[in-house]
Amino acid sequence: MSSNPNTIFKRPESLSDNITHYCPGCTHGVIHRLVAESLDELGLRERAVGVAPVGCSVLIYNYFNCDFMEAAHGRAPALATGFKRTRPDMIVFTYQGDGDLASIGMGEIVHAANRGEKFTTIFVNNAIYGMTGGQKAPTTMPLQKTSTSPAGRDVTKAGFPIRMAELLATLKTPSFIARGAVHTPMHIVQTKKLIKKAFRLQNENKCFSLVEVLSTCPTNWGIDPNGSLQWVTDNMQPYYPLGVYKDPEKKNGEES
Amino acid sequence: MATQKEVVFAGFGGQGVMTAGQLLAYTAMEEGKQVIWIPSYGPEMRGGTANCTVVVSDNRIGSPVINTPQSACIFNRPSLDRFGATIKKGGLLLINSSLIDITSERDDITEVLVPCNDIASKVGSARVANMVMLAAYVAATDIVSFKTLKKMLTEKLGSRKKELLEINYKAFDEGRKLGKKIADKG
Amino acid sequence: MAKKLMKGNEALGEAAIAAGALNYFAYPITPQSEVAEYLCWRLPQVGGNFVQAESEVAVGNMLFGAAATGKRIFTTSSSPGISLMQEAISYMAGAHLPVVLINIMRGGPGLGGILPAQSDYFQAVKGGGHGDYRLVVLAPASVQEAVDLMIESFDIAERYLTPVMIIGDGMIGQMMESVEFPKKYRQQNDPSKSDWALTGAKGRSARVVKSLFLDGKKLEDNCLKLEAKYVEIRKNEVKYELYKVSNKNKVLITAYGTMARICQTAIDELEEEKISVGLMRPISLYPFPEKEMFKEANKPNILAILDIEMSTGQMVEDVERVTKSIKPIEFFGHTGGIVPTPEEVKDKVYEMLKKFKKDKKKS
Repeated sequence: MSSNPNTIFKRPESLSDNITHYCPGCTHGVIHRLVAESLDELGLRERAVGVAPVGCSVLIYNYFNCDFMEAAHGRAPALATGFKRTRPDMIVFTYQGDGDLASIGMGEIVHAANRGEKFTTIFVNNAIYGMTGGQKAPTTMPLQKTSTSPAGRDVTKAGFPIRMAELLATLKTPSFIARGAVHTPMHIVQTKKLIKKAFRLQNENKCFSLVEVLSTCPTNWGIDPNGSLQWVTDNMQPYYPLGVYKDPEKKNGEES
Repeated sequence: MATQKEVVFAGFGGQGVMTAGQLLAYTAMEEGKQVIWIPSYGPEMRGGTANCTVVVSDNRIGSPVINTPQSACIFNRPSLDRFGATIKKGGLLLINSSLIDITSERDDITEVLVPCNDIASKVGSARVANMVMLAAYVAATDIVSFKTLKKMLTEKLGSRKKELLEINYKAFDEGRKLGKKIADKG
Repeated sequence: MAKKLMKGNEALGEAAIAAGALNYFAYPITPQSEVAEYLCWRLPQVGGNFVQAESEVAVGNMLFGAAATGKRIFTTSSSPGISLMQEAISYMAGAHLPVVLINIMRGGPGLGGILPAQSDYFQAVKGGGHGDYRLVVLAPASVQEAVDLMIESFDIAERYLTPVMIIGDGMIGQMMESVEFPKKYRQQNDPSKSDWALTGAKGRSARVVKSLFLDGKKLEDNCLKLEAKYVEIRKNEVKYELYKVSNKNKVLITAYGTMARICQTAIDELEEEKISVGLMRPISLYPFPEKEMFKEANKPNILAILDIEMSTGQMVEDVERVTKSIKPIEFFGHTGGIVPTPEEVKDKVYEMLKKFKKDKKKS
């Protein structure tokens, strides 16, 4: 990596030099970067262990320059629990998609959050199963067409999309729960703050922390990258309001 | 074979049958014997009958499961129904006659009535009925010495509970008297 | 340490501490919940750590995560719970992680019952999860042996970087026997010296613990690496016990765990009747004592082999395999929590002696 004194922007040290396999217009890359910048800025990289999910980001360990393990589908919070309890001095984070966290891994994330496990979860919600080819997710929008709901999500049979941040925020155990998005530069900046705070709280041994990030899937949504960003604004944001849902540093009811 | 002794303790949960069996096992181990204590476990533990088997031997013990024990200490009626017929020919059956008003009607075993609860109440606490029974069994079979038995009881109870210890010792003495009669007869 | 009278379940917990394994993840299930009830207060005394997970699915994956630290970790469960852990067991095998799992077996299939059984032999020995992997499987027959194997299993797990499973029937967990622990307890591992554990990418390149190999060649390489370990394990880790085995034996009994002890009682009683029967008790079910069992079965006076299990017949398939059916093999067993008695074992022996003596005359 260059050490040119004129460098004003560079790849975070926590990211590797590998080129990602993500589709054009996918925002996983942006979210990876926000995580990596947070690790760098807090000086956590050398103590960090990531837990990879099953889903599009299954190969995330190729893109990070820190230790990683690869979980079974949905089980990342259990791995993170096992690791963090055994090595409380390390920094542990899971990076999970909506199928992984909100469907098959619902049990693991709820209980990890409820026990107040002191790791951080980055929850990437793009309202669809990406890697397996665009099937319906628990977070798929009402009437959204997917390969397993070709006529659109029927809420009378599939129920309504699960709002994970809100659901986890109902738990009494103190935690930091927030939802951000990365479809505009402003949202990227705001989400970076949330992710960095989540890691800071872990580093201070405060609480469980989870940041849900609204993301895109141009390939499986069948919408071009720019249209996908607009789709987040038009369809996802109204149903998945952004903000901090639970914050151990704020009293109940206090504006965040 | 002759060196192995087996006994079942059976009664209601709460009558101390498990504790009596454990104390016997601790004592036999203290005396350098090979020993197994094995409980019944499962739903029947919760409110129903409870039982455990103790095997004591000079040699390595084979089967921990004893279907036809040499002896049984029976604390309640359902246990008598269950175990009465299983005792080995020539074996020993001790019946808590305070709570059981029938006998096994077997003529091929030695049967002894031990009014455990009555004796226990007399010496100060109904809770030591199990110790009356244990003492009667130990005296009848000589399976362990009373000296070690008392030592182990003291160790398990802790010397701080002096009053309780005294009651237990009294229970031992009464049970022992009954058991000794059988030993003398046998 | 002096001899202690201890319940198998509690002794297993103490044995793990003696082995320096202070990180325990579990979910309650009969008949082994006493392990968690013991360790929940005992581990904090020694600076250890117990998490009661929300399910056995989570337990398996907590082990997976914790094993990646390089410290010694373990769980205990019973049959249905072990079924739920199969996912994680397969992943840990694939990711070359050392871990120790205890299965205090109860009757199945399904919810089955809570009484002792040996019906998880196939699941443990033949692989309950998916993929080309094996577990080292050890089967104790007494509380002392359970303790000794528990301590050794951590060494085996670390020597080969593999999951090790100890299977005992419900009786092993529930019964009390006298037991001795090592005088000196082992210290916890120092993961900073490990060349595979995740300790943070400080001054070295990043490490990944995984079982994912999308490239066929790389996956095959990983499977061959696993197989190479299993070859070594088959060479080095075979354990078994012979009881009253001699050239006079007419019948060779094969049995493992508590069942073998019941057979010993039958053998002792048969000996008094001048009927010579020997017992071969595999202690390692994987690796199976293949050559050793063949040798015993091949002894000239043995008319037949009798395999006895608390199942409808699982290990018997390995007995058939390794003895190459040079002698007739009969099976006897009970399951569902019914335990074969010494009397039943004897009756089966009488029946076989009659049958095979006749057969011999005929031929």
